[in-house]
Amino acid sequence: MARYIARRLLWVVVLLFLVSLLTFLIFYALPSADPAALRAGRSANPKLIERIRTDLGLDKPLLEQYWLYMKALITKFDLGTSYQYNAPVRQLIFDRLPATISLAVGAAILWLVMGVGVGIIAALRRRSVLDRTTMGLALFGISAPVYFLGLVALYLFADDIGVIPLFGGSNSYKPLTDDPAAWLNSLILPWIVLAVSFAAFYSRLLRGNLIEVMGEDYIRTARAKGLSERRVVFRHGVRSAITPIVTVFGLDLGILLGGAILTETVFNIPGIGRLSYDAITRSDLPTIQGTVLLGAFFIIVANLLVDIAYAFLDPRVRYE
Amino acid sequence: MTPAAAGEPLVEVRDLVKHFPIRRGVVLQRQVGAVRAVDGVSFDVLRGETLGLVGETGCGKSTTARLLTRLLDPTSGSIRFDGRDIATVGRRELGPLRREVQMIFQDPYSSLNPRKTIGAIIAEPFAIHKLLTDGEERRARVQELMERVGLNPEHYNRFPHEFSGGQRQRIGVARALALEPRLIIADEPVSALDVSIQAQILNLLRDLQRDLGLTIVFIAHDLSVVRHMCDRVAVMYLGKIVELASGDELYRAPRHPYTGALLAAVPVPRPTGRARRRELLPGDVPSPADPPAACRFHTRCWKAQPRCSEEEPLLESRAGGADLTACHFPLSAEEVAERVPELAGAQAAGAPGEAGPSGDAEASSGSSSSPSST
Amino acid sequence: MTALLEVEDLRVRFDTEDGVVHAVDGISYTVEVGRTLGIVGESGSGKSVEALTIMGLTRGRRTAIEGAARLEGRDLLAASDDELRAVRGNDVAMIFQDPLSSLHPYFRVGKQIVEAVQAHRDVSKAAARDRTVELLGLVGIPDPARRVDDFPHEFSGGMRQRAMIAMALANDPKLLIADEPTTALDVTVQAQILELMSRLQRELGMAIIIISHDLGVVAETADEIAVMYAGRIVERAPTATLFSAPRHPYTWGLLRSIPRLDVPREADLVPIAGRPPSLIQRPSGCAFHPRCPYALPSHAVTVPPLEAIEGDPAHHVACLLPEAVRAAAEARLRAGATPQEARAAAGVDSLEPEPAS
Repeated sequence: MARYIARRLLWVVVLLFLVSLLTFLIFYALPSADPAALRAGRSANPKLIERIRTDLGLDKPLLEQYWLYMKALITKFDLGTSYQYNAPVRQLIFDRLPATISLAVGAAILWLVMGVGVGIIAALRRRSVLDRTTMGLALFGISAPVYFLGLVALYLFADDIGVIPLFGGSNSYKPLTDDPAAWLNSLILPWIVLAVSFAAFYSRLLRGNLIEVMGEDYIRTARAKGLSERRVVFRHGVRSAITPIVTVFGLDLGILLGGAILTETVFNIPGIGRLSYDAITRSDLPTIQGTVLLGAFFIIVANLLVDIAYAFLDPRVRYE
Repeated sequence: MTPAAAGEPLVEVRDLVKHFPIRRGVVLQRQVGAVRAVDGVSFDVLRGETLGLVGETGCGKSTTARLLTRLLDPTSGSIRFDGRDIATVGRRELGPLRREVQMIFQDPYSSLNPRKTIGAIIAEPFAIHKLLTDGEERRARVQELMERVGLNPEHYNRFPHEFSGGQRQRIGVARALALEPRLIIADEPVSALDVSIQAQILNLLRDLQRDLGLTIVFIAHDLSVVRHMCDRVAVMYLGKIVELASGDELYRAPRHPYTGALLAAVPVPRPTGRARRRELLPGDVPSPADPPAACRFHTRCWKAQPRCSEEEPLLESRAGGADLTACHFPLSAEEVAERVPELAGAQAAGAPGEAGPSGDAEASSGSSSSPSST
Repeated sequence: MTALLEVEDLRVRFDTEDGVVHAVDGISYTVEVGRTLGIVGESGSGKSVEALTIMGLTRGRRTAIEGAARLEGRDLLAASDDELRAVRGNDVAMIFQDPLSSLHPYFRVGKQIVEAVQAHRDVSKAAARDRTVELLGLVGIPDPARRVDDFPHEFSGGMRQRAMIAMALANDPKLLIADEPTTALDVTVQAQILELMSRLQRELGMAIIIISHDLGVVAETADEIAVMYAGRIVERAPTATLFSAPRHPYTWGLLRSIPRLDVPREADLVPIAGRPPSLIQRPSGCAFHPRCPYALPSHAVTVPPLEAIEGDPAHHVACLLPEAVRAAAEARLRAGATPQEARAAAGVDSLEPEPAS
């Protein structure tokens, strides 16, 4: 197992290196835009652009530029300076990360509870009215886009524009450390909106898994032992049915930690998603590259954690 | 029945080895061991005979079959088919071999494409090898094949799900026969079928062999089925052949203690019921990744001596006949009679097809009261 | 002898999309204390459904169950789900065909047996674990104190079935139902498991129902054998009688259609023609009549009852042929005749006038 983890960590490094190379090539080397001109802003004259080009080292050969970027990244954890904010990208990311983590983790807890709960009930009451209703709603939840649900939620429940003002609306985010109550109030709607489609997907997935598992021979064995039906379902059935969900969950969470762009934009939450959205609209190359690297890091690490978790969940899986 | 000695070898297998490597390592994967699925087997398949490969799970019988058809590439050793070495030739040069060797599989459900009609399935080999391109001709040939294996030719346009398990296995047989192969490899062809259906397929294979002069390699775990079907039988244990003999000889006088134990373990439907004494092999089959030294059976053999763990017994004639045994201390006739009394009873029994020879009831209950020598 | 389990006119129907499946269609038998009943049949004969129904494992919205199954006088079919749960794994235990899929892959073997102990006994975890180690030792798992913490995939096939047996024995059941317990195992392992079951029966005195498609397996373990076909018992007799004087044409067919070590090698197999019937549209009359070489026109109309043979109250047959004719046909078969020859020699055709063709 240790051997396996060592090998996988090696891969994490290799993959991140490849992602950095790729993003560098896409944003700096392809003739999409001139970074120096972007940095110079609107009122630029050719002289200024040339000076910026020299300052940023953009006149050096590409390979050397990449080398300097990586050197700064590895030795000083320096991701460069944002054109837009004129601040270190590292600082921007660290400032925005708490909001994204709050949003992603809170929504994840919500969708796990809802998805798993509904999935189990629907599976056990298969073909009942309850099953058909929840699965129908789930199909709707999967199909409805986040920005649509987000706007509907705001119009219905936001405390500024909502028909029934209940929770904090757009632009109400407060950090947890400043005011926990305001933090909670501001995130309830985004959590629900973000969780709906995931919960819908997870409930359908779990329902399918559990229906299949309940037909397994070992469930028959558990019943033949004289266990209570509750124990048969929860200890023997759900334990097996939920394992594949863990894989999906790890990856989903990893992706969201890299920024929930749509949700953060609709609710105007100052997180990584919002940061990357702004960076893209303003062609803020160092920030784009920083957030892409961060996203890649979360996804790769989530992948690794999922695989390790799997070995603990399913004893048959043994990594060499 | 074709006398085994009269046939010339169609297939000659020599020192055939198939190891599946076990790899480990952080960056570079080093080979740290191997599962020795087939570990040096030699045998001939004679023209027109049925050779049985029998043994328990993991003995290497199915791997051997896959090597014979080159579905797997051997690690080392040679396979000569009709005088030509096919163990090492490239896949492209295998073309003719693919026509002359056909397989029948265990599971008649999963080996037929559910979206194709029976006619199309049986005609597949013609399509692959671009034969009988004339549609009418091809159809006639397929229907002839269907008739041959006991299917109604009018069912040409039906789909596999419309057929029962036994009928599907007949379809598999018809497809295997389409190109008039010289060698058929049947891998557990009846073990997925209902008891009352097995006999239909076994009889079909026996008739086909007799009528068409087919050479068959018949792989099974069921010793009674192999006995019924095969002219000669090779018994495998942990990647090695431990005994290779004519069917008559093997079932009358098994020489290897493993063969003896296998035969003694077969439950026989007989009036004496539970009175029969059983010879039990202790423990489980060792791992093929780390087989015991010298004779692989010595860890479970009741006759094992120190020599058995030091010197590997060669597969050779022990009694001076054609019966080959890889054992330093083969079973004596008395030991066989004591352990597998019904074999002697079967030889002495009267008319063929007798449903329950009552004559050997006493013989068996008598032996059950004799002291066990284990 | 005292009856432990009395099954009376048990019927099980499943409502499916294709129609009503008559899986078990009126079977009756008795298992005595400490004895073994073998049930033989092909897939679809209802032999497994019958056993699962006694355990209450076929209950459901789409299942209709009729009849009675009295364990020591108490009808299990009439028991509530909770009452039945107290019986399952306690008075009646069951083992299944595939020990790998029957054990939960994520839980240690020991834990699964501990669970069985604690389901019916109010004992501490430590006590249940001690009992588990003892049980594993009893069924012949080497070094049980260490292997108790293994996962099922770390066991060999034979050891898995031993572990299943240990689980079944956890609460000293009075009846063990073994549904094809050796079908997934190699022949030498099968011999070990059958031997183990016989030894445990001698030591613990439980009754066993062994269900198998393999006449040999049943012959080696059972005191009495019931042959099932299309949801009914067609013949029931003490083991020795069933093999020395079988009386149902289906039993004859089974005995002659399997290759056996105790008949000459050259002997031809005589297959049973056709295939097992659909349980949705069962053949009328005697369900075996479409495949029976001795069938007469009236057999497609009358359903044969399972009745004792004159002179042998222990031997029951459900066949419309007169006993004298059956005996004559069986004697001819034994002498090597084909079914057609036996039919002619026994005078089957003289029983009824040929229908106008």
